[in-house]
Amino acid sequence: MTTSQTNSLHDDLRQGVRQLCRRFPDAYWRDLDKQGAYPTDFVRAMTEAGYLGALIPEQYGGVGVGITETSIILEEVHRSGGNAAACHAQMYIMGTLLRHGSEAQKAFYLPKIASGELRLQAFGVTEPDAGTDTTKIWTTAVRENDHYRIRGQKIWTSRAQHSDLMLLLARTTPVEKVAKRTHGLSIFLIDLRQAVGNGVVIEPIETMINHHTTQVFFDDLRIPHDSLIGEEGMGFRYILDGMNAERILIAAECIGDGYWFIDRASGYAKERVVFDRPIGQNQGVQFPIAQAYIHVRAADLMRFEAARLFDNGRSCGAEANMAKLLAADASWEAANVTLQTYGGFGFAKEYDVERKFRETRLYQIAPISTNLILSYIGQHVLGMPRSF
Amino acid sequence: MKVVVCTKQTPSTTAVFSVNNGAVSWEDSGGKPNVVNPWDEYAVEEAIRVKENHGASQAIALTMGTPDSQEALKTCLAMGCDEAILVSDPSFAGSDTLGTARILAAALEKIDGAKVVIFGKQAIDGDTGLTPVQVARKLGWTPVTYVSAIKEIKGHTITLERLLEDGKETVTTDLPVVISVVKEINEPRYPSFMGIRKANRATIPTWSAADLNISGGVGAGASQADWSHVYAIPAREGSVEIIEGDSVEEKVAALVDKLFEEKVI
Repeated sequence: MTTSQTNSLHDDLRQGVRQLCRRFPDAYWRDLDKQGAYPTDFVRAMTEAGYLGALIPEQYGGVGVGITETSIILEEVHRSGGNAAACHAQMYIMGTLLRHGSEAQKAFYLPKIASGELRLQAFGVTEPDAGTDTTKIWTTAVRENDHYRIRGQKIWTSRAQHSDLMLLLARTTPVEKVAKRTHGLSIFLIDLRQAVGNGVVIEPIETMINHHTTQVFFDDLRIPHDSLIGEEGMGFRYILDGMNAERILIAAECIGDGYWFIDRASGYAKERVVFDRPIGQNQGVQFPIAQAYIHVRAADLMRFEAARLFDNGRSCGAEANMAKLLAADASWEAANVTLQTYGGFGFAKEYDVERKFRETRLYQIAPISTNLILSYIGQHVLGMPRSF
Repeated sequence: MKVVVCTKQTPSTTAVFSVNNGAVSWEDSGGKPNVVNPWDEYAVEEAIRVKENHGASQAIALTMGTPDSQEALKTCLAMGCDEAILVSDPSFAGSDTLGTARILAAALEKIDGAKVVIFGKQAIDGDTGLTPVQVARKLGWTPVTYVSAIKEIKGHTITLERLLEDGKETVTTDLPVVISVVKEINEPRYPSFMGIRKANRATIPTWSAADLNISGGVGAGASQADWSHVYAIPAREGSVEIIEGDSVEEKVAALVDKLFEEKVI
C-alpha cells in the first residue's frame, strides 16, 4: 500500500519510525489498554530518538522540521497499531511558547522540552460549563504584585499527570469589561511539579479508551508574573494560531489508523475462508474495504495539502479543518468496515480491532467536533450565516 | 584507532519473495524492501559503543553491494556512525563469500588506522556466517566469533567474551581483530531523527575494483557457489481429517491407529 508522500527524507523518516514502533507491537498496546497504563517506555523511546522535538527549531535543540514531517511521525505511530495521544502534545503545545513566548522563556524551556527533560504535554482550555465556547471559561488569573492568583477548573486536560509543565488559558479581564468576548483571555505556563499540592489538584477521568485525561482544579494557585506567555489579554488569538497545526497532526493520526484498519481488513478478507472461499471474494465484503481505502487516500491528500500550506506560511484554516474532518470520517469508516469484516473475531481483544475501533472513534469529537468543522466551512469558507 | 563495522543490505524480515524463471524478487508492502541485515544492527551498535566507551576515533560503516546498498549505509549513519563507505563494482556481482572477503579485506586495508572490525554473526539471506573469518584470514588478523561483550581495549590488546553453546569464554588477543557479534551483546539504538536527517543529506563515497586494485578472484566467474537453478519451494499439500467417534476413548483409539498407520509413532 502506498501513500501520497515520496520525498526521500520522508521515506527515511517513515522507516525510522517504523523501526522504533516494531519494538512496541500489538501486545504492548493491548496490555497497556487492559491495565489503563501510560506508555512510559514508548514515550521515552520517542523522546530519545528526537521525534518529539521535531517542531522545535535546531537553535533550541530540536530537529526543526515542518508540520509535514511531524505529521508523518504521528501517522506511522498509528499505522503501526500504536497510539500517539500519550505524547503528541509534546510536539505541538510548545508552538504557543515558540511563537509568543519571550526569548528568555524560549531559551530556558525549549531545549529542555526538546531533550525530554521537561514534559509539556497538557493544555488546560476546556471547562465543564464552557465546552467549545471557549470565551465563556470562568477560570481567572488575577494579577497581584509580582504574581498571579488562579482560581477555576479545567476538564479533559489530557496527560496532566504525565506532564511537568502545563499551558493554561484563563480570563485576566472580566468579560463585562472587554469590547469582545475573545479579549481578556491570557495564557500561562504552569510548573505542575510545584503547583500540584499547592493550589492544584488533578483528578483522572476514566474513559472508554486508554487516554489519561483529567480534570484540574485551581484553588488560589500563585504563579510568578513571568509565567505569562506573550501579552496579557491575547490568549484567545494565540490559541487560534496553534489550532491548524493540531488539526493537521490529528488528521495524520487518523490516516495512520485508517491504513492500519485497511491493512488488517484486507489481510483478513484474503485469508479467512468461509463456504470454501476467502470472504474477500464476496463483493459485500470486498467493496466496503475498497471504498474505505479510497476515502483514506483522499483524506491523505488533503492532509498533505494542508501541511504544505502550513509549512509555506500560508493560510490553511480551511484545509486543516477539512483534512481533520475527512481523515476522522475515513478512519471511522475503515474501523467499521474492519470490525464488520472480522465478524465476531473483531470483538476479541487479541485481534486489536476493538481497541483501535474505540480509539479512532474519539476523532469524531476531539480535539474538535466534526459539527464545528462543518460550521466553520459553512460560515468562513462558503459565506453562509453563523449557524450557532 | 578506528572501528569498522561491515554490514550487508538484506531483504527486510517481512518481505514477500517470488521466483520467476530463476530470478528472485521481493517486496514489502509495509516499508522498504531492503534493510540493514538485522544481525548487523548489533554490530553497528557495538561499533558506536567502541567509539563512545573505548576511545576509537571513528566508527565507519562498510558495505559491499549494489549502488542501492547506500540505503543500508544511511541507516548506519542515522544510528550514529561517523562515516560510510560503499564498495561496489559490476565485476563484484555474484561473488561468493570468499570473493566478498577478498573485496572487504582490500577495502579494510585502504582504511588507515582500522584496528577493530565488527560483523554481525551472519546475514539473514546467505546465512553462512563465513565472511568474518574469511576476511580475517585474508587480512592476516585474528578472528574471534560469537562475541557477546567487548570487555576492554587496552594498548594493543582487546579482551572479549564469547558466547558458546556450553558457556562463556574470555579471550584476550592482540589488535587488530575481526570479530562477529551475537545479539546478546547489546540492544541496538534507534536511528535518531537528527541522524536520519544527517544521513539523508550525506554523500556516501563508492570504491570500485580499480580503487581497491582488485583484478580477479571475485564475481560470479570466481564463485564456487552455483546459483544457476533457483526455484520456489513447491507448496506443501496437506489435508485435514476429523476423527469421528461416539466417545473420547473411541476417537483416541482411532487416532492412535491412524498415527501407527502413517508411521508417525
